[in-house]
Amino acid sequence: MILDLGPYAGFIVVAYAAALAVVAALIAWIVADHRAQQRTLKDLEARGIGRRSAAKEVA
Amino acid sequence: MTIIDLANPSRFLAFTARVLPWLVAATVCAFAVGLYLAALAPDDYQQGATVKIMFIHVPNAWLAMFCWTVMTVAALGTLVWRHPLADVAAKAAAPLGAAFTFLCLLTGSLWGRPMWGTYWVWDGRLTSVLVLFLMYLGVLALWRTVEDPSRAARAVAILTLVGAINLPIIKFSVDWWATLHQPASVLRLGGPTIHRSILVPLLVMGLAFMLLFLTLHLAAMRNEILRRRVRTLRLMQAQAGA
Repeated sequence: MILDLGPYAGFIVVAYAAALAVVAALIAWIVADHRAQQRTLKDLEARGIGRRSAAKEVA
Repeated sequence: MTIIDLANPSRFLAFTARVLPWLVAATVCAFAVGLYLAALAPDDYQQGATVKIMFIHVPNAWLAMFCWTVMTVAALGTLVWRHPLADVAAKAAAPLGAAFTFLCLLTGSLWGRPMWGTYWVWDGRLTSVLVLFLMYLGVLALWRTVEDPSRAARAVAILTLVGAINLPIIKFSVDWWATLHQPASVLRLGGPTIHRSILVPLLVMGLAFMLLFLTLHLAAMRNEILRRRVRTLRLMQAQAGA
């Protein structure tokens, strides 16, 4: 199926491309942030710095 | 698990771990159906194929206002009920709201150039949405300015409640002032004025973007909870070292 977007195809394509780029950037930022926070938490816990509540949860 | 149980950050993290995969799957499916219907939708008799821009512009406009509404409820949660997750929810929603408002403005301009003959006019609707975007940037700046999250949350909550005045201005700007922007055509008392062939793809795309927001918001809230744990552990580390 080939879409016929008429004389204003450029505006339509740029609008969809911009939406895709912004949504992709949001997803990438959230995934990268999650990994960074988890990495830092593991690093701190590996150095023996843990939450008291976490110790209770384990116990 | 009840709603009250989710006030506990650890239980909330367990909840997001269970719910997020389902939300991601639902979002992908909704976008697949929505984009398929949008591609099949007929051209509008006046707008031609540029009506396809509406399938992303309108959902982003809805989300731009919805995100601020979420932040307003969260601001009440911070100031009135002091709910432990209220300011986490507010902070997580702000960058998403800014992104959706930016997309609303950008796609609106890209539609306006061929249809109105201009990318921008300083009319009530466009200007009030630009003000909303600037308020999002202000909130983001305020979160970064105050280091203590609980102090920042109170300042942001007040700014958010003041900014909520802009929401009815955006909604009714097309009724109150002469404007190039068309009046409400979906969310109106007399029902939608759009033909079913365009309304259905628009609503499915609206659902897809709403699911996207829920997914990203939950994930961003999870990140914020982890960030606060990191901050607490670093404070403990600093106190132990002192």
